[in-house]
Amino acid sequence: MRRAGVVVGAAVALLLVLGAIFAPVLAPYSPREQRLCDGLKGPSASHWLGQDKHGRDVLSRLIYGARVSAVVGVATVLVSALLGFMVGSAAGYFGGAVDQLFMRIVDVLQAFPGILLAIALAAVLGPSLMNVILALSVLGWVGYARLVRGQVLVEREKEYVQAARALGAGPGRIVFRHLLVNVSAPVIVQATFGMAAAILAEASLSFLGLGAQNLPSWGGMLNEGQSFLLTAPHLSIFPGLAVLVTVLGFNFLGDGLRDVSLGSRSAP
Amino acid sequence: MRSYLLKRLLLTLPVLLGVSVLVFLFIHLIPGDPVEVMLGESASAGDRAALRHQLYLDQPLSAQFGHFFSGLATGQLESIFYHEPVSTKVIGRLGATFELAFAAMALACLFAIPLGILAALRRGTWTDTAATGFALLGVSIPNFWLGPMLILLFSLKLRCFPVSGRGGLSHLVLPALTLGLAMAALLSRMTRASLAEALLEPHLTAARARGLSEVWVIAKHALRNAAVPILTILGLQFGALLSGAIITETVFAWPGLGRLLIEAIQTRDFPLVQGCVLAIALSYVIVNLLTDLLYTVADPRVRLEGKR
Repeated sequence: MRRAGVVVGAAVALLLVLGAIFAPVLAPYSPREQRLCDGLKGPSASHWLGQDKHGRDVLSRLIYGARVSAVVGVATVLVSALLGFMVGSAAGYFGGAVDQLFMRIVDVLQAFPGILLAIALAAVLGPSLMNVILALSVLGWVGYARLVRGQVLVEREKEYVQAARALGAGPGRIVFRHLLVNVSAPVIVQATFGMAAAILAEASLSFLGLGAQNLPSWGGMLNEGQSFLLTAPHLSIFPGLAVLVTVLGFNFLGDGLRDVSLGSRSAP
Repeated sequence: MRSYLLKRLLLTLPVLLGVSVLVFLFIHLIPGDPVEVMLGESASAGDRAALRHQLYLDQPLSAQFGHFFSGLATGQLESIFYHEPVSTKVIGRLGATFELAFAAMALACLFAIPLGILAALRRGTWTDTAATGFALLGVSIPNFWLGPMLILLFSLKLRCFPVSGRGGLSHLVLPALTLGLAMAALLSRMTRASLAEALLEPHLTAARARGLSEVWVIAKHALRNAAVPILTILGLQFGALLSGAIITETVFAWPGLGRLLIEAIQTRDFPLVQGCVLAIALSYVIVNLLTDLLYTVADPRVRLEGKR
């Protein structure tokens, strides 16, 4: 069951990445090609998932939309994990005033519920792909920082760290050479859930009109489809399913990896 | 217990201050001249100067900070679009958001707690697998998709519920379902995990040995022990409901704080954006504080902590 979850999740992640990279090859039409006389037509043999109000092919736009989701997901997770690791390891390793300072900043940022700060930042910075990544990363690193700090607090007392310190290794070398490897397993699990959360948050921002402009995105497609819910439900159904399957896949993968990680740690 | 309460209250103060400073700084993050962004390039020099003065942008940052909060408290900080005090607009919409959040929480509890109990009592069976599947699906379904799908099925096709707006109980059902699903998913998972752990406690065997019925053992002894983590998730998730309401209120045109925030963003009414963000963030902090304080009622170990 655990392995099946990992396999299904990995397959979804792979599909997302392949769809994003090979979108020009996979998409049957250009995502911008308009056929106004065919606007709002439902699924057919030539357009498997139907056409939007401008007559653009929904399937092609979904495949290109994977690019936005993949780029935002990967960039947000990378920036957040890197920043979170640096802050968390500094707080955990040095302790004292450094720890207090960083953790109070974390407390303040955690006082903002979920997507609220991202919405507010995307609103003031203006809608663009870069700003979406920035808005999501501003809060995204906080979870990683708490996780890494906790792990470093445990690891720094272990013998291999004390041995490295006795041999004259500086804080930078200990953190990047020794601690990074030993705290990476929970960070990878967190990053998998982080991908799901970032994709969902990007789609939410795009749905609210605060996402990347002039690029096909799943949330933006859902926003457009809401006006034609009764006459062209396919415009809402398919982009939503794309978000659901992708987020579910990453959650499966995260659950599976967590079980594997816990299993390997508890194994004798 | 008193020292615990005092410590918890004192810890909230820097968080409240930090949240307020961040919200205050939003307007300074706008690329370029914030007044030009709000009024547009065609605005006259007089209008720009008036707005700059109204928002205290012509004063030093420290003075702006003081004016921002005194303006919010005294009603002098006005919405650019509505020409009404920001505080009046925000307070006027708070009721609708809390009504929706409470309804979502009630629906989530009604469904998720019995499901979690059932899954814990029948571990390893298909009921347990179905509950786990529901939990994973519940946290993965985007509410901006679930809402339109519920509207399509129950409002447009079956005509059971109104499409949007706020009114009687019928208006509340679909938005509450949309908002409450993710919470129900987490709650059922937590109920299952906590009860499964509580069921392994030796004092339950002792209770059974004393001849108590299985229903009584579970209701009186196991569920009571499982209550603290469930309460934690309820408190934390109620705060999350407030931010989730932004999207749900937009989908269902529910006249709450979340919809007001999106309207303010669309009209580039940044003082109102600040007011809405601050109100939602403060509500979140206060709900989390109340959850922590409720621990003292639910868990005697917290009550006793201060006496040690």
